[in-house]
Amino acid sequence: MTRGSSWLRAPRLGALAVLALVAGLVPLSTSLRAQQSPVEVLHVQGNVYMLAGAGGNITLQIGEDGVLVVDTGTAGMAEAVLAEIRALSSLPIRYVVNTHLHEDHTGGNPVIALAGQSFRSGGGGRGGAMTRDPGASVIANENVYFAMSLPVNGEAPRPFEAWPTSTFVTALKTLYFNGEPIELRHTPNAHTDGDVMVFFRRSDVISAGDLFLTTAFPVIDVARGGTLQGILDGLNAIIDITIPEINQMRGTRVIPGHGRYGNESDVVEFRDMATIVRDRVRDMADTGFTLQQVIDARPALEYEGLYGATTGPWTTAMFLEAVYQEVSP
Amino acid sequence: METRTSFLPALLAVLVVTASVAPAWAQTDFSGEWAAMRHEDNEDRGPGPDLGDYTGLPINEAALQKAEAWDASVLSLPERQAQPHPAHYFMYGPRPSPRIEKVLDPVTGDLLAYTLAGTFGRADRTIWLDGRPHPSEYAEHTWQGFSTGEWEGDTLVITTTHIKYGVVRRNGVPGSPEAVVTERWTRYGDLLMVLMHVDDPIYLDEPLVRTNVLRADPGQHTGRITPFETVDEVLVRETGNVPHYPMGTEHRGFAQRVGLPFEATRGGAETMYPEYQLHLQVLIAEMAGEANND
Repeated sequence: MTRGSSWLRAPRLGALAVLALVAGLVPLSTSLRAQQSPVEVLHVQGNVYMLAGAGGNITLQIGEDGVLVVDTGTAGMAEAVLAEIRALSSLPIRYVVNTHLHEDHTGGNPVIALAGQSFRSGGGGRGGAMTRDPGASVIANENVYFAMSLPVNGEAPRPFEAWPTSTFVTALKTLYFNGEPIELRHTPNAHTDGDVMVFFRRSDVISAGDLFLTTAFPVIDVARGGTLQGILDGLNAIIDITIPEINQMRGTRVIPGHGRYGNESDVVEFRDMATIVRDRVRDMADTGFTLQQVIDARPALEYEGLYGATTGPWTTAMFLEAVYQEVSP
Repeated sequence: METRTSFLPALLAVLVVTASVAPAWAQTDFSGEWAAMRHEDNEDRGPGPDLGDYTGLPINEAALQKAEAWDASVLSLPERQAQPHPAHYFMYGPRPSPRIEKVLDPVTGDLLAYTLAGTFGRADRTIWLDGRPHPSEYAEHTWQGFSTGEWEGDTLVITTTHIKYGVVRRNGVPGSPEAVVTERWTRYGDLLMVLMHVDDPIYLDEPLVRTNVLRADPGQHTGRITPFETVDEVLVRETGNVPHYPMGTEHRGFAQRVGLPFEATRGGAETMYPEYQLHLQVLIAEMAGEANND
């Protein structure tokens, strides 16, 4: 499937694009840009879009108030992402929300945020939040701020422009933007210690960050406070929130940190996989298996073809090791 | 002379255009109500297979491990109670008795698609015949998947991708989201033969091939979708509990019930072929010998 087919976007936008092209109102370069962009735009539901191909998935909520961006992809893809956002809306980017700190989800913060304009830049009644002028408000859990600004283990701080400007420490932060309530739910000690999932209540879409993946086993950043149990708690929370429309079809959609979007059933499959592998590794650890014996027993064999890797940043062995260390007595 | 030279290019242009945009008409008409006959594999499709019955399935080790862990109690989870059957399976399973309808272009009358309603759980499907591409790798997977059709003579060849994680047999033998299902619909009078290939790089070593024959039934009426209501089946369950059998479980009950050697129930591509009968005779002889020794 080539990038830029009109049906992938909102039907309304696709129809308008076709009409405009036929009428000669849109320069040919516009449609060529869409076809050549490495970033793929998918209309998910309601006001919400997913941008794929720029690192971690990016979620956009677009309406009359402007644009809210959940995660910003890698730094190298930021200009391409910004071009896609501008193709969908010329209104200001008001908010950037980071689901966690990793560079493939926050690398575009400087470009995307600085291209926006916060509501709170006029001074007075600002609720105590920091902001830049110009620039969108960048919201994240407080631990993301600490990780970016005060890194440990000899890591260099992330550029100041990437840091969150508005942090929270509570379990829930809420916004009302583009005509819908938005919940920012902190899921403690899951993928990292600063995870946030974003629930667009009217559009009925959850942006899950790396709590939910369709391309890899759960990634547990132990050095940043991540745990499999936290990921499972987060997945079970998503399953509590999501409601299928009928017979496990459609309904609440969930955008993963990487891979394709889906509905409750896709999250259930991922949760079940993680739970079953956890239970197996725990049983083995309880009976005295060493880590190597666990890896050799291949407790995730049936899922390796979908989620596994033997090379790269997160291999099956690394996943099993993280689980083993967590569940060992 | 001047007329001939201007006429021929025009004729060629007309032929090229009409050949390249020929609408999907003039082939067999599949529309109507169709009843399942279930004269093939009725025990498997109707009541359902035993745990541990993987006979004739070209599954690999990964599929076997997943199937052995599958516990029917998982279907008591509220989030799984209302699942429809997936496209890996629904044209074979306990139904379908579908209604197939045409979708016509309102202006030209060209056949754009068929819709099919009536599979178990009603993941009603659309089979697009207008040449549209399959969706992106990032697009949602659904129970019915995304289907397109092309004609090979009077046979409609349907390709389905973007299917949710499901099963190819109702005892937990998995069908992955990476699977591609190819159906060939051929009509013989009042009979519609559906030939299915499931190609699954994750769980199958070779394509799983099945057939199903439906009978035209004008008296049937496939009604509207009935929602499956989730209910409290297990009142006390720890949050996040996922029923499954422990790793290493071997479901031997089926082999014992039907008197087959256990090995012969484990599936694998070789068990699909006639030559396997020779190996099966050896296994049966060994089983008999062990029984005599006991």
